[in-house]
Amino acid sequence: MLKRIIALMLKEFLALMKDKRSRMVLVGPPLIQLMVFGYAATFDLKHVPFAVFNEDRGPVSRELLAGIGGAPAFNQAREIHHVSEIAPLVDGKEALLVVHLGPNFSADILSGRSADLQIIVDGRNSNTALLTINYVRSIVDDFNMDWIRRHNGTPPPAHIETRAWFNPNLESRWFFLPGIVGLLTLMVTMLVTALSVARERENGTFDQLLVTPLRPVEILIGKSLPGFIIGMVEASVIILAAVFWFKVPLLGHLGTLYTGIALFLLSGVGVGLMISSFAVTQQQGLLGAFIFMVPAIILSGFATPIRNMPEIVQTLTLINPMRYFLIVLRGVFLEDLSFTILLHQFWPMAVIGLASLSMAAWLFRHRMY
Amino acid sequence: MNRADSSRMRLLGLMRKEFLQIRRDPSSIAIAFLMPLFLLLLFGYGVSLDSEHIPIALVAEQPSASTAAFSSSFRQSRYFVPHEYASTHEAEQALLAGRVNAIVVLRQDFGRQLRQNEGAPIQLIINGVDANTARIISGYVTGAWGKWLEHAALERGQKLEVPVQMEQRVWFNSELRSRNFLVPGLIAVIMTLIGALLTAMVMSREWERGTMEALMVTPLSMLEVILGKLLPYFILGIGGLTLSVAMALYLFEVPLRGSLWVLFAMSALFLITALGMGLLISTVAKSQFVAGQVAIIATFLPAFLLSGFIFDIGSMPPFVQLITHVIAARYYVAILQTVFLAGNDWSVIVPNALALVLLAAIFLGLTLRNARKRLE
Repeated sequence: MLKRIIALMLKEFLALMKDKRSRMVLVGPPLIQLMVFGYAATFDLKHVPFAVFNEDRGPVSRELLAGIGGAPAFNQAREIHHVSEIAPLVDGKEALLVVHLGPNFSADILSGRSADLQIIVDGRNSNTALLTINYVRSIVDDFNMDWIRRHNGTPPPAHIETRAWFNPNLESRWFFLPGIVGLLTLMVTMLVTALSVARERENGTFDQLLVTPLRPVEILIGKSLPGFIIGMVEASVIILAAVFWFKVPLLGHLGTLYTGIALFLLSGVGVGLMISSFAVTQQQGLLGAFIFMVPAIILSGFATPIRNMPEIVQTLTLINPMRYFLIVLRGVFLEDLSFTILLHQFWPMAVIGLASLSMAAWLFRHRMY
Repeated sequence: MNRADSSRMRLLGLMRKEFLQIRRDPSSIAIAFLMPLFLLLLFGYGVSLDSEHIPIALVAEQPSASTAAFSSSFRQSRYFVPHEYASTHEAEQALLAGRVNAIVVLRQDFGRQLRQNEGAPIQLIINGVDANTARIISGYVTGAWGKWLEHAALERGQKLEVPVQMEQRVWFNSELRSRNFLVPGLIAVIMTLIGALLTAMVMSREWERGTMEALMVTPLSMLEVILGKLLPYFILGIGGLTLSVAMALYLFEVPLRGSLWVLFAMSALFLITALGMGLLISTVAKSQFVAGQVAIIATFLPAFLLSGFIFDIGSMPPFVQLITHVIAARYYVAILQTVFLAGNDWSVIVPNALALVLLAAIFLGLTLRNARKRLE
């Protein structure tokens, strides 16, 4: 039995690696994508172009503007001198933020009144807009506190002291890189499995496989192992890069991490093979791969939290193996979560994996044309 | 019969064959119509960056009138669902277990320190794993704090005087509804998939089955072959697009401030680019298996992560920004977000449209070059 499985597995590896184009596809792109996506996926504000419309010529406005311009998140694009210049700048995306100070700004503040600062934000990307507003507000709050202290005013009766656990500098890269490990691992397993049975069906070689002494379980194992092994290797490479190149802390145990990876690969390979054995043509296999992969990624909590989804969609994500894998990845990387806490994430992946693999084995025999 | 007529006849013949093939394998129709329906429905509801009802722990180590007043400012906020804990330790356990996202602690001497000059510290502990949500929570807590200060000043019969009073105005999306910017982006991602999926297999299928050689001995020129492949799927794609736009407008109530014809003209242009990319993949790969693999790699994740659909391109490092220029979805996302939310702003539309034209020309030109009538 073992010999037959190994023979089939070798044949699968040959089918993947023999063709130069196919070989290149499996090795190069995931690594390139890791580098590009690793840098691209960030919600941290950088170089937000802003314009200043300062009608005030006093010293106080200059001080406040220096605070905004000095923040690493902002880049002063230009200074404007008339209200009519605002709209074209914002419309054409040349400035995401316009800071407006009225002519009496310094006079007001020096005589002890409240001075008005108006900001206009491009809301086309609502997340960037929200973060920009929060950022400017924190600069203004700091300025206010500082001003009160220097001019012997009465400070507010309470102030907030913030501490962030697990990610003290709130670097969103630490959040996204473990997620990218998940994304690319899923992509690689799909590459290997989603078309493998469909191709044999389309070419008619699957029927030949069925009349060999190989039993469906053996076909299943022989077809699964290449995806499992390649997924394991690529996941390891990506994790190495995350830790040593992108410097994301890996606090938890490798044993816990690899348990998660193995179970996720089991479910990924299972779903991939299930799709592949359901498809009659490769076109259908490809369609199936996307119909699974795209929701699995978008509804995984990778970029937008699952908690923000409506109840019914949240329930739907319970059958998404990626959802559990991301919790494992982030938990092990950043929070040092223990094996026992993560058991709640492990068993659903195992169930999904076993169910989809059994379904695939059943389809081998029962979906014949 | 003159030459133009016979060329048209040949083209129509090939298109008819392509349509027959589409009818035989219904997966193309599923791609064009069911996929946008299913994905947009799922994502339009599922994808949101609007954090509301965030579970937050409130700890008043020594409950008093002043801590109650502070806590009530959280209870009134629609952003928070406050849970009261008796001790900081219990709240920390809840944070570790993921039951709450943040903790607000009012220390034992909160009431006394309020009356001192330095002011009382309010401790905020946030789970920083999801840095974006953490920042948003921090902003909302500051907002609740500000409300509380205002309220307290009002009770003393004063108006809260701060040196600089900030007033914000958000253009194009005043309530900062994330769906308004995510749904146009989703259309771009979904159309990328549809475009590539429809055509990624069609040329390689002919190579693989040997029917390309049969096509070569016909009087069809390669340009006619490519047009014959492009047009039927273009028609299918436009159908899927109409469905997506209708859902965005009527189901998700995204405002359309620009004009419908600009939206459709730009979408048609993008669709040609996306189909062209699929054809190119299909021509270069020569086998359906490799074409399928390339389509999985080159379409979804780049369109998802590098198009500005969710991650702002301006915040990426320069070399990544450079790479985003070859992602067609990038230009389409910029156009869609502007046409939907801001209006027909030509200073955004024209450069992005030109980039799409250029990319389409490159994809189709390369396809034509690679698909010469020649045998391996």
